[in-house]
Amino acid sequence: MSTPLPQEPVVDLQLALSHGLTQEEFEKVRAILGRTPSFTELGIFSVMWSEHCSYKSSRIHLKRFPTTGAQVLQGPGENAGAIDIGGGLAAVFKMESHNHPSYVEPYQGAATGVGGILRDIFTMGARPIASMNSLRFGSPDHPRSKYLVGGVVAGIAGYGNCIGIPTVGGEVMFHPSYDGNILVNVMNLGIAHASRIFKGQARGPGNTVFYVGSRTGRDGIHGASLLASASFEADSESKRPTVQVGDPFAEKLLLEACLELMKTDYVIGIQDMGAAGLTSSSVEMAGRSGTGIDLDLDRVPVREEKMTPYEMMLSESQERMLVVVRRGTEEKVREIFRKWDLEGVAVGEVTSTGHLQVKFRGNRVADIPVKPIAEGAPILKRPMARPANAEGDARLDLARIKDVAHPAKALKGLLGSLNLCSREWIYRQYDHMVRSNTIVRPGSDAAVIRIKGSSHALALTTDCNSRYCYLDPRAGARIAVAEASRNLACSGAVAQALTDCLNFGNPERPEVMWQFSECVDGIAEACQSLEIPVISGNVSFYNETEGRGILPTPTIGMVGIIEDARSAMHSYFAREGDLIVLLGTLGEELGGSEYLSQVHNLEAGAVPHLDLAREEAVQYACIDAITEGLVASAHDCAEGGLAVALAECCFHPQGLLGAEVVLPAGKRLDALLFGESQSRILVSLQKASLPKLEKICQERDAPFSVLGTVGGNRLKISVGQDAEINATVAELRKPWSEALPTWMV
Amino acid sequence: MKFGIVVFPGSNCEHDCYHVVKHVLRQDASFLWHKEKNLARSDCVILPGGFAHGDYLRCGAMAKFSPIMETVSRFAAEGGPVVGICNGFQILAEAGLLPGALIRNRTLHYLCQDVYLRTDSNASPFTRKIPHGKVLKMPIGHGEGCYYADAKTLSRLEVEGRIAFRYCDAKGNLDEESNPNGSLKSIAGVLNERGNVLGLMPHPDRCAEAILGNEDGRILFESVIGR
Amino acid sequence: MKVRVTVMVKKGVLDPQGKTILGSLHQLGYKEVTDVKAGKLLELSLPKMGKAQLEKKVKEMCDRLLANTIIEDYEFEVGE
Repeated sequence: MSTPLPQEPVVDLQLALSHGLTQEEFEKVRAILGRTPSFTELGIFSVMWSEHCSYKSSRIHLKRFPTTGAQVLQGPGENAGAIDIGGGLAAVFKMESHNHPSYVEPYQGAATGVGGILRDIFTMGARPIASMNSLRFGSPDHPRSKYLVGGVVAGIAGYGNCIGIPTVGGEVMFHPSYDGNILVNVMNLGIAHASRIFKGQARGPGNTVFYVGSRTGRDGIHGASLLASASFEADSESKRPTVQVGDPFAEKLLLEACLELMKTDYVIGIQDMGAAGLTSSSVEMAGRSGTGIDLDLDRVPVREEKMTPYEMMLSESQERMLVVVRRGTEEKVREIFRKWDLEGVAVGEVTSTGHLQVKFRGNRVADIPVKPIAEGAPILKRPMARPANAEGDARLDLARIKDVAHPAKALKGLLGSLNLCSREWIYRQYDHMVRSNTIVRPGSDAAVIRIKGSSHALALTTDCNSRYCYLDPRAGARIAVAEASRNLACSGAVAQALTDCLNFGNPERPEVMWQFSECVDGIAEACQSLEIPVISGNVSFYNETEGRGILPTPTIGMVGIIEDARSAMHSYFAREGDLIVLLGTLGEELGGSEYLSQVHNLEAGAVPHLDLAREEAVQYACIDAITEGLVASAHDCAEGGLAVALAECCFHPQGLLGAEVVLPAGKRLDALLFGESQSRILVSLQKASLPKLEKICQERDAPFSVLGTVGGNRLKISVGQDAEINATVAELRKPWSEALPTWMV
Repeated sequence: MKFGIVVFPGSNCEHDCYHVVKHVLRQDASFLWHKEKNLARSDCVILPGGFAHGDYLRCGAMAKFSPIMETVSRFAAEGGPVVGICNGFQILAEAGLLPGALIRNRTLHYLCQDVYLRTDSNASPFTRKIPHGKVLKMPIGHGEGCYYADAKTLSRLEVEGRIAFRYCDAKGNLDEESNPNGSLKSIAGVLNERGNVLGLMPHPDRCAEAILGNEDGRILFESVIGR
Repeated sequence: MKVRVTVMVKKGVLDPQGKTILGSLHQLGYKEVTDVKAGKLLELSLPKMGKAQLEKKVKEMCDRLLANTIIEDYEFEVGE
């Protein structure tokens, strides 16, 4: 063993360092093997121990997440998480990032991101039924932004539409900190039989290991270790060859074939070949089962000539799965693959050696004990330190900020800003109706998907205000969880579990590591209080270019259950004469607001206060009201504050409806109208239902006040006796609906 | 009535169609795999939406060679009702069962949104229950839905009353703004000479159930069932 | 042997892609470009055979699959 194959480089410390391993890690590899690794073995270790695959910087922190609950069928550790949703069904979901590749090649980066997350879902035996995404781009003025937005949206659409899974919502944010590092977080939700969830395991020595899907090429070699584990320097263009190219049609065939296969009893375990392809799938599957795997690379279907074992093991070619099947069922398995015009090839078998042994042209090119590589990835306790400027940013002296003189103009400005405007230009490019399950479409607070054959529906949302997370990581992360569950509550859903995508800068910088740790704690606190377990997730570090990192962005993806699908609620006023009620209290907090940023060019102040007990009370009052059929709409107050939320309620897609609202005097006008105080939901309802709503609020201990009435074609917001905003809904809607398409031209 | 829903590799909406005819309208239904040659005694054939063969080369270009299409052609020639929805329409056009072609949307973007359709012909099993001129609201979801045919063909379609649906506004007026994809003459759906084959880009399968907020599409299925 | 088939949109048929590319070129300052037609290039690899036989085969492939003759024209050339 270990004589280098012809033309393979000699393995030494230099080569190991260029692969992203530290000297210490290289020594550990040699200790595990008892010798110097072969070139292929070096490649295998370098990807398995990369940040992206091993989570070495984050593992000690992620342990602090609450991950259990009666509804949890599968927590973190598998390809995706799963919860019981009743009726013998499970919801399987996860969110993942594809940030660096999307910056380099936006269409394919985003497309393959979608492809990857879909495989994580259907590998569990779940049929994907809905996708979402959370996107962050740089400043609208940045020369690359339009190109990136166009490419990413087209990529998500191109892949998702072709494979026939609706993309039902998401969020988009623009901020200069993402200039050099955009974020593309994609989430998918699937449905499986609760008793038939498949895992990535390789049990039973002698069982056959099948490779199915597209041929292996040189795509993305070192994508996982190179792109996701290092910051960009100026020559990002030269990283283009490492971006993978997706084929959604191939994935559609793979999806249908796998689901059909999983109806039989031939499958022992299955995992998709994602980051680090054949390497990560075989190591992880054997690792979970305490077994070994023998691979024969001569059998691996290849797309390019003269592929080396190193390349075959590290390739990130898309649309491939590794399936362990019961010995003796191979021909039946091949038959199912053939029906779908797929190549299914036996490439190895499960062994009891506990080793990954890889053969190529009669040579053994790798022989690695699985347990040490799967479990022995370094666990780093990186130093953390609060950033020096933290105190400064928290200081916001409102006395030095002039109150708003023309609130209507300010409102129009906010509505017409890229961070708050209508996203219709984007979601019209996504097929959000395929599979005929979408009962609340994009544009509302949460998307709602009905489950055929069940009376339930599922609501989903993605949320994170990264500006808050920059000003106060712990509070910001708490709010992300609260806001997600609030959005679900506005659709009538009780939050069940969450997935996350934690996007941060360079973990080698103590300030970043501190932000990460604080965000983890914030999420954990909110999850404990609201009883929402974390069942899956993803960490993306090194979102930094030339020393400048992104705002800490712990994106939350959450799923809730609506007991009766027919009660699913949307966010628009629906009837003339309905009353408008605020659940929660009026606020006066301008800290960290979109208004402060846009009008005064300030990102400062204390993040709006979140009282988790109050939050829960307001959410449950809302859910109860919706369940009892009392309300016609529910919309939470978020970025842009109360005034923006009221305006958005007036923009019913089928017909604009105005409102007249009176607020009490005594607060700063800008803070009252545009401050982003938490735990507030606007509902509209018939006058006759008011007593019942009041009773619900009393029972739930949720503050309650009638603000005004729906009607007419104007939005009139008065404070005391003064009409501060009085504009037609049409003139408010114009900048809101035109901002994005105008910018994209 | 028994519906046969053809499934090509890449079809996505076969389950949506199946759900409507089987569960909502309580008819008999089965899936017809593209490699098969028999229609399983179907009384009506549906070619559903999706991306058959990935829409590679051209939408529907490769699907027309599937073994099932030979049988579907014969069925159509004998007067059997056939409806092609979205990708299904593209396949029928490529296969020559309907005139014209569907090309890239004028704006180049995929569009998923509601549109209004004016019913301009009720001379087909799928439209016989729809009053002439009735405006229906229906969702579209396509990137290549722009209908093209040469001037001679277009004229013929009009003269023979074979334009089944046109894109219009809520009141039934035709104008550029209500034409989402640039289709010539605002054509959203056409019929063959005999009137038994209908192709349309919008999705009646996505608006045949109250919970989805719109039941306007139901009447196409009810028409052919004979309710 | 390689055959390069070029499939172009027929004259008179809408070519939204070509139009959009023309617009983008103009925006970039190349206003001297008067028209853009977007098409497809397909490269077929075939075993060596006689010219007449090859042309007949390729023409058949084009008529049956590679081009939709309602909206597209094609031409091809034989390489190495």
